[in-house]
Amino acid sequence: MASTGHDVAAAAESRWAWIVGAIIAFLVAMMAYMSLHWAAMPPVRMETIDPTTLHIAGEFVETNLGSAAEPDGSVTVRVLANQYSFTPQCLVVPANTWLHFRGTAADVVHGFSVSHSNVNMMLIPGYISNFQTRFERTGEHVMPCHEFCGNGHAAMWAHVQVIPRDEFIRRAQSQPGRRLSCVQ
Amino acid sequence: MFSKDSRQLVLAHFWVAFIAFFAALLLGEWHMVIRSPLLDWIGNPELYYRSVTAHGSAMGYVFPTLVAMGFGYAIVELSLKQALVGRRWAWTGFILVMLGTVIAMVPVALGKASVLYTFYPPLIAHAAYYIGVVLVVVGSWIWVALMSVNLRAWKKAHPGEAVPLPMFANVAGAYLWAWTSVGAAVEILFLILPVALGFKSTIDAGLARVFFSWTLHAIVYFWLMPAYIAFYTLVPRAIGGRLYSDVMGRISFILFLVFSMPIGIHHLFQDPQVGAGVKFLHAVFTAMVSVPTLLTVFTITASVEIAGRLRGGTGALGWVKALPWHNPMMLAVAFSFILLGFGGAGGLINMSYQLDFAVHNTQWITGHFHLIFAGAIVIMYFAVAYDLWPHLTGRALVHGGMMKAQLWLWFVGMIILTFPWHVVGVMGMPRRMAYFDYTNPEIAPQAITVTLSAIGGLLLVISGVLFLLVLLRGHRSGIVDLPEFRFSQPVHAPGRLPAALNSYALWLALMIGLSLVNYGYPIAQLVALKQTSVPAVPIGGTP
Repeated sequence: MASTGHDVAAAAESRWAWIVGAIIAFLVAMMAYMSLHWAAMPPVRMETIDPTTLHIAGEFVETNLGSAAEPDGSVTVRVLANQYSFTPQCLVVPANTWLHFRGTAADVVHGFSVSHSNVNMMLIPGYISNFQTRFERTGEHVMPCHEFCGNGHAAMWAHVQVIPRDEFIRRAQSQPGRRLSCVQ
Repeated sequence: MFSKDSRQLVLAHFWVAFIAFFAALLLGEWHMVIRSPLLDWIGNPELYYRSVTAHGSAMGYVFPTLVAMGFGYAIVELSLKQALVGRRWAWTGFILVMLGTVIAMVPVALGKASVLYTFYPPLIAHAAYYIGVVLVVVGSWIWVALMSVNLRAWKKAHPGEAVPLPMFANVAGAYLWAWTSVGAAVEILFLILPVALGFKSTIDAGLARVFFSWTLHAIVYFWLMPAYIAFYTLVPRAIGGRLYSDVMGRISFILFLVFSMPIGIHHLFQDPQVGAGVKFLHAVFTAMVSVPTLLTVFTITASVEIAGRLRGGTGALGWVKALPWHNPMMLAVAFSFILLGFGGAGGLINMSYQLDFAVHNTQWITGHFHLIFAGAIVIMYFAVAYDLWPHLTGRALVHGGMMKAQLWLWFVGMIILTFPWHVVGVMGMPRRMAYFDYTNPEIAPQAITVTLSAIGGLLLVISGVLFLLVLLRGHRSGIVDLPEFRFSQPVHAPGRLPAALNSYALWLALMIGLSLVNYGYPIAQLVALKQTSVPAVPIGGTP
């Protein structure tokens, strides 16, 4: 009797262990599938940059910040964070377009997320962060700094305007070579 | 076997832990009120970040460390039934923790160390803050060494016998902490302190974050150990049941030892300095660490069912009704499991990095770790204190009604605090905000949730007051003659165990090996990179 009881207990235990294994395997498989099939990966390449000279030369000089239309139809959005604001403070991007975000920080660690989207990046001084996404709908979003960056952290909010693709292209063509932001 | 000296040692640890806890609890509630729409905006956000630094440092470094240390010393005497070896060293460790706490908190209070307990270099606080934290950790390392020494002494006197489960788990927790704390120790000693002391002016922020992530995740498993030890070795006895499986308990603690560390980079999914491959690897290992928790849920639920059936419960769910719901330990374990369920589900979401994009650094995360630590874990700390108190004071702990009210308030308060955080986190509300502009139409709808959290926090403060009252009254009630302290008995007592389930060498080798593999590559890659150090930014003027 005692041994049957023990067998039942052991069987229940191992059944549960198998269920646990199956749950974990399922979750990992789902993650792998999404990574490969949708290319939904976290920030990928590691790139470095010197925060003490980025304002003088290179892709993060002030005139190069904002949205740039690329020949392949995508848009590159360059953002620079410092205590306690983003440049540009209001981003303008087209809807239904692949956006390549590239960002870095000039002083301390920052980060941002864009409301009602999956845009979420850490900005670490010394490194360039990148992230790809697209907005399906036009509209306005808030873009707070989401990593503690000092006593003014709570004041560090930017905005994102998603406008129709046609309008974005019109604006880009009317000012060739200029990076776009909400400031017209 | 519980000598007077050791009882005083444990009481000292617990009281300092609970006082630190209560002070930090009050600060936490102040954060929720000051940023809610109930009051005007905070005039000086600098005060808010001083306070968050104090809250996090006390709750993360001081409170759980002292609980684990005190509980560990109690376990040595109560489960090994031998006098604690190295009592003088134990007091030295305790004094180091207290000294470190004071040294760290002075610059925090003066506004010279508002870097939060997660440090965030290149922000650099006053050196005393980091030195204080190091002293706290060094004090806890003395405890780690003592746990090892005491187990060795017992094994010498009992060759070949199975180490009692409470001590086996306790020493696993000590080793886990020793290796976990290495990440932050390296970050402080080699990266931050040289800058804080003025020997260097630049720091690699990316590398520092990788080292901190080594500690930041596994530290939660260190906090969790006393709670899990209570699940396995106190709960079944306290509610009149048996532990379903002693061996499964050992396996769970071993799995924590092996899988807690090589997963911490899941805190850096959105960071640029770690590649996607390493992130995927750490996500997979994070999935593995849910295994010991899922095994524990089964074993403890089965143990509780045994209690229910022994008390006459029948049928598929009848045993639930038959459980001793008037018993504080029964309430505590039920609440802890419910909060662990929600918190654990949230953890699986965070682990899946595609979903993490939506919630990283939002209030969701704050909600997640408050559910796990302040909910599931701290509620078991309360239960451990209630269970041990009569054996520590020699006096009865009679206020059952107050204990139950306290546990209920903590449970309900924690839900009202954290569920709104999860909701607004998904909506994108960032964490670590001293105030919100509720006139912004995008933020206005979230105002009500901050008020709700403030109300939940108020319930937690009331619960904290009741907790201290119960313990204080426990020092004044009548002296009782207690039966010998007992831990839970398993259904099948383990006879002779295989060495793998009775010692740590293999598992420590795996723990160290896996951590070095999973962290070695990103660390080596970052160390080899040229030009990644950036100028330090001191808090409150030059350090």
